[in-house]
Amino acid sequence: MKLALPPILIYSLRRLAQAIPVIILIMVGTFLLLKLAPGDTVDALVGDMGGADAQFIERLRVEYGLDQPVWVQLWRYMEKLATFDLGWSFVYEQPVATVLMDRLGTTLLLMATSLSIAFTVGVALGAIAARRAYSLTDNVISTLGLIFYATPSFFLSLMMMLLFSVKLGWLPVGGIKTIAGFYTGWDHVWDVALHLIMPTAALSLIYLSFYLRLMRSSVLQVADLDFVRTARAKGAGETRLMFHHIMRNALLPVVTLFGLQFSTVLGGSVVVETIFTLPGLGQLAYQSVIQRDMNTLMGIIFLCSIIVVVVNFLTDLLYARLDSRIELA
Amino acid sequence: MTVLDTELRPPEPSRGIVFWRRYRRNRAALLGLFIFAVVVLMALTAGFVDPGDPLRRAGDPLTAPFVDMATPLGTDQLGRDILSGLFYGARISLLVGVVATLVAIAIGVIIGALAGYFGGWVDDVLMRVTEAFQTIPNFVLLLTLVAILGSKIEWITLAIGIVSWTAPARMVRAEFMSLRNREFVDAARNLGVSNTSLIFREILPNALPPIIVYASVIMALSILLESALAFLGLGDPNYASWGNMIGQGRAVLRTAWYCAAIPGIAIVLTVLSFSLLGEGLNDALNPRQKQ
Amino acid sequence: MIEQSPILEIRDLKIALPEGSDRPFALDGLNLTVKPGEIVCMVGESGSGKSLSAGAIMRLLPEPHVHVAGGSINFLGEDILAKTDREMKQIRGNRISMIFQEPMTALNPQKTVGWQIDEVLKLHMEGNRAARRKHAIEMLNRVHIPDPESAYNAYPHQISGGQRQRVMIAMALSLSPKLVIADEPTTALDVTTQLQILKLIRELQQEDGAGVLFITHDFGVVAEIADHVIVLRQGEVVEQGAADQVLNHPQHPYTQALIASVPDLAPPPPKPVSTLPVVLKGTGLKKTFAAKGGLLSGKRKAVIAVKDLSFELHQGETLGVVGESGSGKTTVSRLVTRLLEADAGAVDVDGKDLLACSPSELRGMRKHIQMVFQDPMASLNPRKRVVDLIAQGPIVHGEDPEKARARARELLELVELSPAAANRFPHEFSGGQRQRIGIARALAMEPKVIVADEPVSALDVSVQAQVLKLLADLRDRMNLSLLFVTHDLRVAAQLCDCIIVMQKGEIVEAGVTAEVFADPKHPYTRNLLSSIPGRHWTPPVRNTDAA
Repeated sequence: MKLALPPILIYSLRRLAQAIPVIILIMVGTFLLLKLAPGDTVDALVGDMGGADAQFIERLRVEYGLDQPVWVQLWRYMEKLATFDLGWSFVYEQPVATVLMDRLGTTLLLMATSLSIAFTVGVALGAIAARRAYSLTDNVISTLGLIFYATPSFFLSLMMMLLFSVKLGWLPVGGIKTIAGFYTGWDHVWDVALHLIMPTAALSLIYLSFYLRLMRSSVLQVADLDFVRTARAKGAGETRLMFHHIMRNALLPVVTLFGLQFSTVLGGSVVVETIFTLPGLGQLAYQSVIQRDMNTLMGIIFLCSIIVVVVNFLTDLLYARLDSRIELA
Repeated sequence: MTVLDTELRPPEPSRGIVFWRRYRRNRAALLGLFIFAVVVLMALTAGFVDPGDPLRRAGDPLTAPFVDMATPLGTDQLGRDILSGLFYGARISLLVGVVATLVAIAIGVIIGALAGYFGGWVDDVLMRVTEAFQTIPNFVLLLTLVAILGSKIEWITLAIGIVSWTAPARMVRAEFMSLRNREFVDAARNLGVSNTSLIFREILPNALPPIIVYASVIMALSILLESALAFLGLGDPNYASWGNMIGQGRAVLRTAWYCAAIPGIAIVLTVLSFSLLGEGLNDALNPRQKQ
Repeated sequence: MIEQSPILEIRDLKIALPEGSDRPFALDGLNLTVKPGEIVCMVGESGSGKSLSAGAIMRLLPEPHVHVAGGSINFLGEDILAKTDREMKQIRGNRISMIFQEPMTALNPQKTVGWQIDEVLKLHMEGNRAARRKHAIEMLNRVHIPDPESAYNAYPHQISGGQRQRVMIAMALSLSPKLVIADEPTTALDVTTQLQILKLIRELQQEDGAGVLFITHDFGVVAEIADHVIVLRQGEVVEQGAADQVLNHPQHPYTQALIASVPDLAPPPPKPVSTLPVVLKGTGLKKTFAAKGGLLSGKRKAVIAVKDLSFELHQGETLGVVGESGSGKTTVSRLVTRLLEADAGAVDVDGKDLLACSPSELRGMRKHIQMVFQDPMASLNPRKRVVDLIAQGPIVHGEDPEKARARARELLELVELSPAAANRFPHEFSGGQRQRIGIARALAMEPKVIVADEPVSALDVSVQAQVLKLLADLRDRMNLSLLFVTHDLRVAAQLCDCIIVMQKGEIVEAGVTAEVFADPKHPYTRNLLSSIPGRHWTPPVRNTDAA
């Protein structure tokens, strides 16, 4: 029974296996939400057609399996989700999966830029603040952190718009690219980058403050540990202590927070994408609520959950790589 | 010659006094307490400051601040008094913040306590449910719940509670897991104390300090969530709300930026006060973590 | 000529504490000299300021809160206090090195053993990577680590506690420092490991001719290793002199009292107890901590904590359960009180099997068997007043709350605490006082048996003696039956009529304490007894009327 798999692979498989019940629970959850929502698929369909007689409606219900017991409906629903069949969007007159895939890229781009900035800058500032704890530098950094933390992203977005677009005219006010620009190559990249500056800043600053505060307290805590004292007694200097002994241990809780918070950041993109009219999943979610497009909304929930699960899986791997105390097998 | 071990130390001052002394040491926390008190005062006196409906027309539309003494902070595009909206908005923000926090903490404590105390399959099941909730982006879930339940303030509050309980649940679980094997719990169990009493009388009081500190974080996040909903126009239209004011102000951002800026600053200060308050509570309740 | 001049000379050292502390100076007027090849032991109870003196020599005090306020520290004739930070970095780890108490936390969990030894060499030694590696392996060899090559690549959590301390020692001695400061280096270790480490320190120090400043609270360890002894109390030196002088002819009353508190290794005369009724009987107890795991949560090896354990405790008898960590002795205390569920076996309390009881029967039975716990900080609910803590048991079992509280106040007197203690919270008491409260709580139930799990191991030696005396008094007056779990053979010798010696979950030897001590049959028992620090030293009998 000894499988000769490398430990990291066994660890990965185990992590993936743990995600399965979570995904099943989310499937059941979206099904329940669909059931709770007023009106079902047939209502939407009939509404779309502009009305039909009762007999026809009844036939449609049978056709869609809505006359079956709830368990059977749930099972069919989950079967469909498992093959990534997310149903039909009556607003966009397209399969939900197609609508989502159109929007996915923008959201992933926004996530990637915001989170990498939030994480790197947050960690760096947190470490600097902790090294100079209770000094002027620390006070400035910590105060900035508190203010970022307390500023709602929509308010920050508006104020940035006011300053950079309305008053100074430096940055475009919304959208992912200049509509009539037809840029190609590097011009296109530059155009998109300009459009992303404010959304990225709006989304990343609040999370930057999270990482900053956690990193600061984590570094202070680790700096008090016995092994740092040991290293000091060996004659190691402060820089060496920071990079070889403190940083890696202090990063562990920050990485954990990164994984835990990813879904919140994804949620935060709803507001930011709506304000800056970025054609991503967040904006779609908002429009689906306004237009009562439940199928699309559930599709977004499901797709986002999958993304979160994947990101959590990657953070787990990173954590296992960072913490040598974790026995992989 | 050895000092006899049985001599008592002089008695210590009561817990309240010790708490306040420790809290007082953090000056930023005192500032937080002050801002918080001002917000509470605003919420309480809203009816005195402006006995009418904050959503009615009170003056000429888009009066700038400090121009007309009847509307000291100006009016928005519908002529509504911004100061009055600020006072009534404080009510909604605090109400939503407090109630949603209570809901989130209640769910979190029950789930976290059961999972942490019993462990085993109870823990497995409850933690999978928690993870599932945590996996769905909370603002998207909030939107969905509001889409299904409707935009009444009660439902919004409940929905915010429902999307915020996972973090306290995890925290309570961790506290319970570390406390359940402490010797004082074993000691009580060995006296014949029942499981319910062990959970609620022995462990929970000791798990409370971090929960109380964290409540201030949830309170801040709840206020942010409510204002974001209101900003997007999904809040309860029958009440003045800071988020809604900013949302309305967005339309006149170019000409009358103060319509959005004033309520925005109110949110920033309120949320800031909660974080400062939380830090002060942390210093006072978990003294071992002081610098 | 260098050989004769002292390595370390401390004159009138004062270390100031931050304002608002219980005293202005942590250390007030310390004088000491360490000569080459000499081991100077600094002994004192907790709060005596002994660890801070190490910090001062290394210039690693948590400044500015705690700082040197006066005096001088001379190392090889140079003034340590006048050195720049840069010069200090050159001295630390190179010419003065340190060994700490907790080998687990003193090593960086994220770096390999080899990396951490290499760090010292890299900081202070010329030479390339290969030369450093060779030197490190050589050091691991010198501290007798089996298979140094693989230890070099291991992470700290992958080797045992004793080996970790060996690694610390290898690190500290790798550059042949002139002075080694050892701060309670064996306190966290088992007694057999402790003796090996003490021997190792002696051996290496003699090879290198370094001076050692050895900080400890344990007079047994002092007797084992010291050339010269300094006794500290509350930051002041009360006595110093040659080891033999201080240990056998202490002058200062405080030293005399401390030494008198060290439990004697002479067991009490055996009591004729076997005729009395059996109040607690364990039969065939088994406990395995299951292998966690499978696909979902990772594998952990199954650990057999207790296998097939049987014993009898007679009315009025004290039965000691002794063993090192991992012997299963603490599991035994949890099994017989059913705080842990046993896999098999029976525990008869008063003729009824506790392990076969239903949950509601069990709660009724619990009053017959009570427990005193190890950690006085953790065993009292910090949110309850003392009177409620003591009265809680009787109230749960249906006693009238008023009566139970009145009784609790009486019990406080019985454990020699003032009735004023009743309305206070646990954090207002010292460790020994809390342990008294724990005893009162157990007595409040008027149990047939008291299980004491290492009740004095967290206490300073003078307090330990007082609590042990209280336990012995109460036992004799109230005819208590005690199951006494301890790792400390001196304590066992003091209190127990019979003992069980456990190793890896099994009883290796059982019998009347005096007989086991006088003539141990099993090799493990012999090893344990011969590892007791200072076993060749008999503390002098103190003048009984000195107090």
